[in-house]
Amino acid sequence: MEVFLQQLINGLSLGSIYALIALGYTMVYGIIRLINFAHGDIYMVGAYVGYFAATQGFGFIPSLLIAMVTCAVLGVVIERLAYKPLRNAARLAALITAIGVSLFLEYGGMMIVTPQVRTFPDILSNKIYPLMGGVQISFREIIIFVVTITLMLLLQFIVHKTKTGKAMRAVSHDNEAAMLMGINVDNTISATFAIGSALAAAAGVLVGVYYNQIEPLMGIMPGLKAFVAAVLGGIGIIPGAVTGAMLLGITETMVSGYIDSMYKDPVAFIILILILIVKPTGLFGKNVREKV
Amino acid sequence: MIWMQQKKNYLSMILTIAALVSIWALVDYLTSGRPPILSGYYKLNIILLCINIILAVSLNLINGFTGQFSIGHAGFMAVGAYLSAVFTQKIMIVETIAAVTGLDPTGDVARTAGLLIAVFIGAMAAAVVGVVIGMPTLRLRGDYLAIATLGMGEIIRGLVLNIEYVGGAAGMSGITQLSSWTTVFILTIISVVVIKNFINSTHGRACISIRENEIAAETMGINTTKYKVLAFSIGAFFAGLAGALHAHYFYTIQPGTFNFLKSFDILVMVVLGGMGSLTGSIIAAILLTFLSAALQDLAALRMVIYALLLILIMIFRPQGLMGNKELSFATFGSLFGKKSSTGGGEQRDGSQSN
Amino acid sequence: MTVLKVTNLTKTFGGLKAVSDVNIEINQGELVGLIGPNGAGKTTIFNLLTGVYEPTVGEVVFLGKNTRNLKPYEVNHLGMARTFQNIRLFNDLTVLDNVKIAYHSHAKHGVVSSILRLPSFVKGEEEMIHKAIDFLKIFKLENKKDEIAKNLPYGEQRRLEIARALAAQPKLLLLDEPAAGMNPNETKELMEMIRWVREKFNLTILLIEHDMSLVMGVCERIYVLDYGQLIAHGKPEEIKNNPKVIEAYLGEEVAHA
Repeated sequence: MEVFLQQLINGLSLGSIYALIALGYTMVYGIIRLINFAHGDIYMVGAYVGYFAATQGFGFIPSLLIAMVTCAVLGVVIERLAYKPLRNAARLAALITAIGVSLFLEYGGMMIVTPQVRTFPDILSNKIYPLMGGVQISFREIIIFVVTITLMLLLQFIVHKTKTGKAMRAVSHDNEAAMLMGINVDNTISATFAIGSALAAAAGVLVGVYYNQIEPLMGIMPGLKAFVAAVLGGIGIIPGAVTGAMLLGITETMVSGYIDSMYKDPVAFIILILILIVKPTGLFGKNVREKV
Repeated sequence: MIWMQQKKNYLSMILTIAALVSIWALVDYLTSGRPPILSGYYKLNIILLCINIILAVSLNLINGFTGQFSIGHAGFMAVGAYLSAVFTQKIMIVETIAAVTGLDPTGDVARTAGLLIAVFIGAMAAAVVGVVIGMPTLRLRGDYLAIATLGMGEIIRGLVLNIEYVGGAAGMSGITQLSSWTTVFILTIISVVVIKNFINSTHGRACISIRENEIAAETMGINTTKYKVLAFSIGAFFAGLAGALHAHYFYTIQPGTFNFLKSFDILVMVVLGGMGSLTGSIIAAILLTFLSAALQDLAALRMVIYALLLILIMIFRPQGLMGNKELSFATFGSLFGKKSSTGGGEQRDGSQSN
Repeated sequence: MTVLKVTNLTKTFGGLKAVSDVNIEINQGELVGLIGPNGAGKTTIFNLLTGVYEPTVGEVVFLGKNTRNLKPYEVNHLGMARTFQNIRLFNDLTVLDNVKIAYHSHAKHGVVSSILRLPSFVKGEEEMIHKAIDFLKIFKLENKKDEIAKNLPYGEQRRLEIARALAAQPKLLLLDEPAAGMNPNETKELMEMIRWVREKFNLTILLIEHDMSLVMGVCERIYVLDYGQLIAHGKPEEIKNNPKVIEAYLGEEVAHA
């Protein structure tokens, strides 16, 4: 029971990180039907920006905001340069480009910041609070939950209450109709990339603070896992991404806690393949039929 | 009619064979003297080139010709590499053959026979894995299939990582170098010819029709599931074969050798050469093998160049170098005024469609 | 002899009934029309017949065999071939290859024979080329055999699609608006070709058309579909004078004319 509760807490914090990344995946997919492979690498860039801000003496909140803004801009630039020219091309062309952008960020980043693993500065207290039994929760985990929940509420507000959010929903529902209704599709897509990238950057800074370590290829696995989470919940569906991420985070920590941490990666991918085979539209998805 | 066409292509065929024999003899001459004219480093890259050609051509069968976007090719390579290495290092296939036949276990005959058996078993295992994975996942379309194959490759790697019998994370080392220039070269030619012959037959056209229009193919009587799985498993077979040759030339295999970056490497070759062009894949494999040899010490720069290649090709020339055209001596002939013979599956025009 | 017998065929998408309780019977050698206003469910019926969609209720019996649970390629192997309203050619392939692919299920050489280039491969591929060219000749496309399908003019693409369907050697041919987008001359020529291939190959044909006058001219029997339901069926003259049809379909057409 103790192990279970402890792994549950660990799983929820891991799940929160996945959720922040998965939201960007799912929003971008929802709006332009692109698996933005580079999304995990934006999370990496976010971690580095946060790292440099923190080493310059900025506190946690300013570092977080600097990383989010920088990555929002980066996301928009990537979309304009690499994806926009392919908006009307075959979907696979965009997917291949996304793989290219991902490799570019990983290895371009490696050339700039060197492959060395860096230790993230201690900008948050390391305090640990014992709960009942031997179960404990750290201050950093609490911060992860608080930041994640705050950002999700903010996202919910943006998507449902603001004009941009309404435009995003309109474009994801029917691109052409939205355009005919006078919505600026280009700007709406840019806004989606900006928001998604900012969320990924927040996840990057949180991971840096939580695990203390960052390196240029750190985005690959969490990126893929977050994608699995998005597919699990039903890609394109915002609450689905969060649910999927939490489920995946908990599953992984349970596998680590009860079986062997070496198996957590294969298990995540097995979940992916099972969900794709059994219900490719995900837990929350509706089936769509191809028109003949 | 085919015979007529084949007669027309006779000259092209003879020239091709002559060119291949010359290449073999030249490389053999340059690398086998004592000391060889070209150092081991060059030979190693030439072997790598052959392996890359097999990988690119076999992935092109899946991605370019059948239109099923797979990015898990390295997973099949891993199956072939590990299983063949188990057969030569654990089951001692060479020694067994020598014991049964009375051949010298260090002689070329026993070593080559052992290699061929191990390679075949590795390739077959990869093909079987291809069928097992292909049956459920090939129902998925486009980007979903891409992700599923990537996940599949990572699962294979994750499993190998956890099997102590094959060395876990450390992998297997000290694998006997049974692959030689001659065996690798011949197996490369066989791979390309088999895939080419498959594509230029009614069965290959069935695969291509799936890429062109899956619904039309199905209603025209093509069992699309069967042909997708067939293409996938033939592709997996040759990826396994390439993996086995790799294991028996480079002494060491590790799970990390076959991660999805390796799959992306192969993907870059297929995309650069042109999805749907075998000669394109070969040309791209040559270019990129040389490029990566030149950037040996600058691994990050090499990957940045690969990344830019992918992005720029997709934006400016999505059909790659060759589109879905093929290059042959007949094409060269036509350049000099002779009318080229348009064969069954050759010299198709236009860009790939998805 | 009954070639096709459809009973109580119903297809719902979500809550929407696209096709409702349709009964159709077609005999050997007939040329039957299926007409109805846009969105009446004609193409959905073709998709149900060819196995692209699974019927919600009802049965399709083709040449005495219930086609439920059969995949489209299996229905094709039983002897049914079709064309598509929105032409679905193998766009990047040559005209000849398009037709050869439809002949694939009749090929006798296997994968191994193809890879090893055995004599059965050479014989099989040669036979395919001959057959394919024969079909192209019927539709006056033989001198375009090496062209890329997508580069053909529209009318020729339509003809190629019919040639391709014929190459599958069907007993029942389903044509989905074969004359759509053609000018009157092309349409007339096409209708003659269709009549001719029916005689030559002993075919049964079911034809969807939007253009009433054309169907009236060529079909022996007509089914009229409106909002997913059959509202009439009979000889062209009977259909012409059926008040329900005039109301549902002709009325609309006349009003637009």
